[in-house]
Amino acid sequence: MVAARSDGGPADRGEVGRHPLRNLWRLRHYLRPHAAQFGWLMLAGLAATGAGIAVPLVAQQVVDGPVARRDLAGLYQLAGLALLVGLVEALLIFIRRWVQSSSSVAMEAAIRDDVYAHLQRLPASFHDRWPSGQLLSRITSDLSVLRRFLSFGLLFLVLNLATYLVVVVLLIRLHPVLGLLVAASAAPLFLIARRFGRHYHTASRRMQDQQGDVATLVEETAQGLRTMKAYGRGPQLTDRFVAGTRALHDIGVDKGRLLARTSARLDLVPNLTLGIVLVAGTAAVADGRLTVGQLVAFVSLQLMLIWPVQSLGWIIANGQEAATAADRIQEVLDSSPAIVDASHAVALPRCAVRGRLRFEGVTFRYPGTAEPVLRGIDLTVEPGETIAVVGATGSGKSTLLSLVPRLHDVGAGRLTLDGHDLRDLRLASLRRLVAMAFEEPTLFSMSVWENLTLGRPDAGEDEVRAALELARAEFAYDLPWGLRTRLGEQGLSLSGGQRQRLALARAVLVRPAVLVLDDPLSALDVHTEAAVESALKGVLRDMTALLVAHRPSTIGLADRVALLEGGRITAVGPHAELLATVPGYRTLLTAEPPSAPPPRTPAGPPSSERPVEPASDGCPLVRS
Amino acid sequence: MTAAAAPPPARRPPDQPGAEPCWRGVASDPHADRSLAEDTSPEAVARLRAHSRALLADVLRPHRRRLGAAVALLLAQNAAAMSGPYLVMLGIDRAIGPLRAGRPGPLVAVAVSFAAATGIEYAARRGFLTLSARIGQAVLLDLRQRVYAHFLRLPVAFHERYTSGRMISRLTSDIESIAELADGGVEGLVMAVLTIVSVAGILLWLDLPLAAVTLLAFPLLFWLSRWFARASTAAYRRTREAMALVIVHFVESMRGIRAVQTYRRQARNQEIFASVNDDYRRSSRHAFRLIATYSPGIKLIGNVTVAVVLCYGGARVMDGHIEVGVLAAFLLYLRRFFDPMQELSQFYNSLQSATAALEKLAGVLDERPEVAEPAHPVPLPRRPAGRPGEATGGAGDGPAGGAGGGATGGAVTFRAVSFGYRPDAPILTGLDLTIPAGQTVALIGPTGAGKSTVAKLLARFYDPLAGTVTLDGVDLRQVADAELRRAVVLVTQETHLFGGTVAENIRFGRPDADDAAVTAAARAIGAHDFIAALPDGYATEVRRRGGRLSAGQRQLVAFARAFLADPAVLILDEATSSLDVPTERLVQHALGTILRDRTAVVIAHRLSTVEIADRVLVLDGGRIVEDGPPAELIADGGRYAALHHQWRLGIHVPGPGPVPTIDG
Repeated sequence: MVAARSDGGPADRGEVGRHPLRNLWRLRHYLRPHAAQFGWLMLAGLAATGAGIAVPLVAQQVVDGPVARRDLAGLYQLAGLALLVGLVEALLIFIRRWVQSSSSVAMEAAIRDDVYAHLQRLPASFHDRWPSGQLLSRITSDLSVLRRFLSFGLLFLVLNLATYLVVVVLLIRLHPVLGLLVAASAAPLFLIARRFGRHYHTASRRMQDQQGDVATLVEETAQGLRTMKAYGRGPQLTDRFVAGTRALHDIGVDKGRLLARTSARLDLVPNLTLGIVLVAGTAAVADGRLTVGQLVAFVSLQLMLIWPVQSLGWIIANGQEAATAADRIQEVLDSSPAIVDASHAVALPRCAVRGRLRFEGVTFRYPGTAEPVLRGIDLTVEPGETIAVVGATGSGKSTLLSLVPRLHDVGAGRLTLDGHDLRDLRLASLRRLVAMAFEEPTLFSMSVWENLTLGRPDAGEDEVRAALELARAEFAYDLPWGLRTRLGEQGLSLSGGQRQRLALARAVLVRPAVLVLDDPLSALDVHTEAAVESALKGVLRDMTALLVAHRPSTIGLADRVALLEGGRITAVGPHAELLATVPGYRTLLTAEPPSAPPPRTPAGPPSSERPVEPASDGCPLVRS
Repeated sequence: MTAAAAPPPARRPPDQPGAEPCWRGVASDPHADRSLAEDTSPEAVARLRAHSRALLADVLRPHRRRLGAAVALLLAQNAAAMSGPYLVMLGIDRAIGPLRAGRPGPLVAVAVSFAAATGIEYAARRGFLTLSARIGQAVLLDLRQRVYAHFLRLPVAFHERYTSGRMISRLTSDIESIAELADGGVEGLVMAVLTIVSVAGILLWLDLPLAAVTLLAFPLLFWLSRWFARASTAAYRRTREAMALVIVHFVESMRGIRAVQTYRRQARNQEIFASVNDDYRRSSRHAFRLIATYSPGIKLIGNVTVAVVLCYGGARVMDGHIEVGVLAAFLLYLRRFFDPMQELSQFYNSLQSATAALEKLAGVLDERPEVAEPAHPVPLPRRPAGRPGEATGGAGDGPAGGAGGGATGGAVTFRAVSFGYRPDAPILTGLDLTIPAGQTVALIGPTGAGKSTVAKLLARFYDPLAGTVTLDGVDLRQVADAELRRAVVLVTQETHLFGGTVAENIRFGRPDADDAAVTAAARAIGAHDFIAALPDGYATEVRRRGGRLSAGQRQLVAFARAFLADPAVLILDEATSSLDVPTERLVQHALGTILRDRTAVVIAHRLSTVEIADRVLVLDGGRIVEDGPPAELIADGGRYAALHHQWRLGIHVPGPGPVPTIDG
């Protein structure tokens, strides 16, 4: 049920192709600042293990030595030694865990910061494809898997390998033949582990992806809660959620079964080896080739191998989970932000901008779709001029507007501001020059002040007040805590009109060179609309502006109107003129004759009597 | 609450020390960041903790048998594992002699037993691990579904203050921290308890005075554990809340990424994210440091005890009270006594972390839906022979005769209704309103007049503070939710599309509708053409939040959905604001037929939508100031007449278009 299953979205899953641990290895630079700490904690870990072995040895010494000799002073000495070793062991464990706790969470936080920063750089088209639940699961669940691996899995992998090697070497020294037999048992262990690793890799990836899907479902539910309530479709959503969590449950059980099988098998190997050693050793003792003491020593050493082997399954599982988590995180970090500063990009100071905005043969197509939304758009907005873009529902008006702040980049053709291709401007500079109010006002659950000053964090109180007055949004002062009031999520506790007015105030506050307004007054009531319009008119007088409008009253703000039909601009001119001469325009605004314009049919050649675009000054037209 | 008196902040208001960072602003609801159960008073905290434990017990209860089986398997596995060293001893003691004498029998017997024990261990371990994974996953599934279902039951008002980020956090991150307990919890707990109890028994049996000395460690262990319990409870609570804030901020900034990028908000966002992320880092580091202290602390107590026992035991051996062998055995077992204590401390840690998450979930589950389903629902009266004029115009075999809707009358009455979102700011006071079945009413009035509030009360998003809203004479509070939703549908300007295809989204209005009905509904409101032109037509995935449909197209889909739902009462709250004029006309044309035979409340800022109404209500300050048929009101020359005049101007006089500045 979850969408997004194609065109480079999160759906291209699992197929790593390269080494499964490659992406985990690529994250190593996050370890670097903590390399010294990691060295220390490895040492502390090894030393603590050594001390752990030493305590019983000392105890053994006590029993065999002073106690047997009835030497009280010696007893106290050795007991003192045991106490000392015990203290050192506890201290070393404390140091290891203490160091670990700060370095592992620091790494987790560093990666999370970086992923977030990268996501903020990725263009709107990326975010259209990736549901935020999938992104969320990557910065939460996947990162904590990584943290667990870095703080425990990796450490125990090293410690257990070291223990295994040391014990095997000791065993070989004790009895070469049996020792080598034990050493050979590493082969089946390796085979089981490798096979398990491969299967678990797939399972853990599926699990993590499904976690992301469930997060997406939850997010969507939260978003659509009102719609769900309005139609009483709780049961339907619950079914979807049940299906999603049921899948999660099934994958979890499969994973558990896989781990259970492997753990038991891994456990089998040292046990069987022990059995063989027991039989062969007993026979050897019977033959007199081995003493009983040697056999006992051999077996008790061998018993020390059980825990490292037993934990192997868990460590591999942890490692594989970390590897797939790293894959998922790298997938995000590897998505290159398509819309970035060119190397030669320049910054335009606000005062140097006249505000001549020009679309030159602009064509645009959404990724993954065949039909272009915009084809060969030519349009010039002169400095200080306001142009209204008018078109039928779905004709591409919002898309056209979103090209101005480069939320999307043009497919062919170019967009220029005062003759500079927008792609030659620094993004930050461009977006300082352009302010946009969206069709659906995006508000954040932050203070009203913070929401208003989104594009102008340094705005003063007077400027904010002026912007609020202009947008007739003075109601903000009457909220319980004035401008400090936290807006509910998406500002949903406000009415649609109130939200729209706040968004308008926000855009105006930026004092941009180019103001882009996407149907900015659609939710306002007539009185407010009239008041906002007359205030806006003053602002637009000397500002270049592009606005989408459906109503004649809003169109009244514009100097000229551009009619968008089937992705082309078919007419440009003053409202009255178009109304008189362009039948399509008249239909669109007055619904006379009452028939919808053909929504998708390519709208033929531009009406002949209307000059599409006065190709005036020196800027050559670039056509695709 | 000094409404309106709060001065606007000067420049960027400085963060008050200790207070929340200023960017978040002040919530108008004191419970904004938590469920009501998560009060900070000690009693509330204790209650919540008890509830979370009860919740855990409750989700485990259905698995009692499986849990028993798991414990049995675990015991079997351990018995088999313990028998290994014993069989080795047996082999050495009993098999070597006979083998030297040429009798391999005992060795074979030992080898066979060993193989059997190994086999049992393999099977028991595999069985136990499988079973415990099953139990763990089933518990998580249960928790997820319970909490999700409860979230759906909670009213709109709850979600408005709780925020979706927090809801997501509860259902993902919190559940996952319980998963950690589910993964290794059973084994850790059972093994630890098992070993500690059995070893304590052996120690007591070996030598009472020595065991007594060992028991001296217990008060210390108890004291240390109590310290850890208290400290970690608080620490993990903070961790959960810090994580929730990370998620809230993350979700919001991803959702608003267009605004973020357009307004160059990235740096400030990064700053905020880094600070919530750092809070999380600090709080989890704090929690990890607690266990980093607790676990070696246990180790320390163990090691000191070993040293003390060594001294005292050595002295007792020298005094001749006990044998050397006993001391040796005692020391070995003592080691086995304290090692599982480490496991136990790990388990305790996971339990603490999971309990903090469970508390959050229990807090949500404790939240009582203020707009609750009635315990004893009253059925809506049925009309004997369906509504007059069942046909729905050009819709063909469309939604006519849809599930249930056609059978309800749809007479709406507001009786002395008072309501406000905040106690100090009433929106409606003593509103009386009667809408006969089948009437189309337009609500108009300035922002804040209470139009949307009337709509939300009628759709029972909220319950009135005083007075009643009735449908066909039945108080909405007494109507079962499913029946109410069949009868009343609210379409707002926030059109949400769910993941899935366009057809699925339309079918959301009536899940049992067939494809023909879906198409007919789309045709009826004029959405068919654009849908058919989409890449996959009706099967086109709308993607995330309908990303690729324009606002107008989404409104059309939402309209088709409402049309398909075919309710007795249809409420349209600015549902056509993003449509172009011809499309809006088309919708209105359809509405003309759709609304003819059903009750409708239309809130619109545009004349064209209001024109189809039988009756116009002008609302101001929560009161009805004008009421009557549109023509009558125009004739009366009141507010509506003035508005009407203004609209006429807006439509027919070509925009006041100033002289174009274009120079050819």
